Amino acid sequence: MSLTSESVELTPVLPGPAGYAEPSMAGVGDYLALMKPRVMSLVVFTALVGLVVAPGHLHPVLAGFALLCIAIGAGAAGSLNMWYDADIDAVMSRTESRPVPAGRVLPGEALAFGMTLAVGSVAFLGLMVNWLAAGLLAFTIVFYAVIYTMWLKRSTPQNIVIGGAAGAFPPMIGWAAATGGIGLESILLFLIIFFWTPPHFWALSICRADEYARAGVPMLPVVAGMTETRRQILIYSLVLAPVGAAPWLLGYAGLAYGAAAILGGASMVALAWQLRQAPAGAAAEPVAKRLFTFSILYLFVLFAMLLVEHALGIEAVGIPFGRVIS
Amino acid sequence: MSLSMSEQPTEPGIVLTEEQKRRRRARSLAIALSLGVLVLIVYIVTVVKLGPGVMSRPL
Repeated sequence: MSLTSESVELTPVLPGPAGYAEPSMAGVGDYLALMKPRVMSLVVFTALVGLVVAPGHLHPVLAGFALLCIAIGAGAAGSLNMWYDADIDAVMSRTESRPVPAGRVLPGEALAFGMTLAVGSVAFLGLMVNWLAAGLLAFTIVFYAVIYTMWLKRSTPQNIVIGGAAGAFPPMIGWAAATGGIGLESILLFLIIFFWTPPHFWALSICRADEYARAGVPMLPVVAGMTETRRQILIYSLVLAPVGAAPWLLGYAGLAYGAAAILGGASMVALAWQLRQAPAGAAAEPVAKRLFTFSILYLFVLFAMLLVEHALGIEAVGIPFGRVIS
Repeated sequence: MSLSMSEQPTEPGIVLTEEQKRRRRARSLAIALSLGVLVLIVYIVTVVKLGPGVMSRPL
């Protein structure tokens, strides 16, 4: 199994510095687009779940403020990512119309915007809520913008595996905002998103392998091939299914969550198996797309079930809810 | 290129188009609105965090 990029020479076809218009033609919508609103919505949702299911009590106004800071922090990370990745984004059809490669926002504007939001969101979260949550938010932004975007993404096919941690931190930040500590359940929520990320993104990258190759991004399908990628998707799905059910198995969630986690996890594994068995080439793409779409639904349902169970006061099975490790 | 004192530049410099002016105005309004909302939120959160005691400090 080769998971390093040393054996493959990628020759990216990248343009020069991204073109820009002078004076700036950026509209308000372009700045909103820099913050990756779709990613931000997932971050806010998972952070909300972490915040709500945590045993501590936070005043609703402070909880809303904490979520706002987490959302702005996610937007900052997205903006810094778009600033640094403008050259890659310009050669991929999925991203070529983003504000920086399209020339509507100057690279310097995206950098300044991202840095301002990053510093502001961390400082306000620390001053108004607590510094553990602020520290986790700062770490998440640095992890996504520096470790993932600047280093891992262009250097290893394990980029989205390790980089996936950045997307997994928000429920932990929400939990930390509510309790001032890190609970075992927040670690479980982290692990669910962490193990969900590889099958989710590799399913997408199977459909976009040509574009990633052209951009010189060593995604797994580009470096190790489709067969290895499909094998890895199956392995991670097999790990994800029990991890997804762990909050129920360990007594942190109710039966409804358990049922959703088992059914969803089994479906993820079934789709991953279907993808593994699919004929090579374009025939595998519809299966990969199905897996990609279902993975979003799977994650949403798991977190929504936690929220619903908590709102309805459904008793968790087994060990009582919410032990906090300060 | 150097200009002597008697020579005045004929170029008018950068002249914004109507579209550029419109977008700049939209950006300025968005910044003003964001700052206003930020001030309001910080005020509310401060009151919530400190509670009613914020008004009864020794002089």
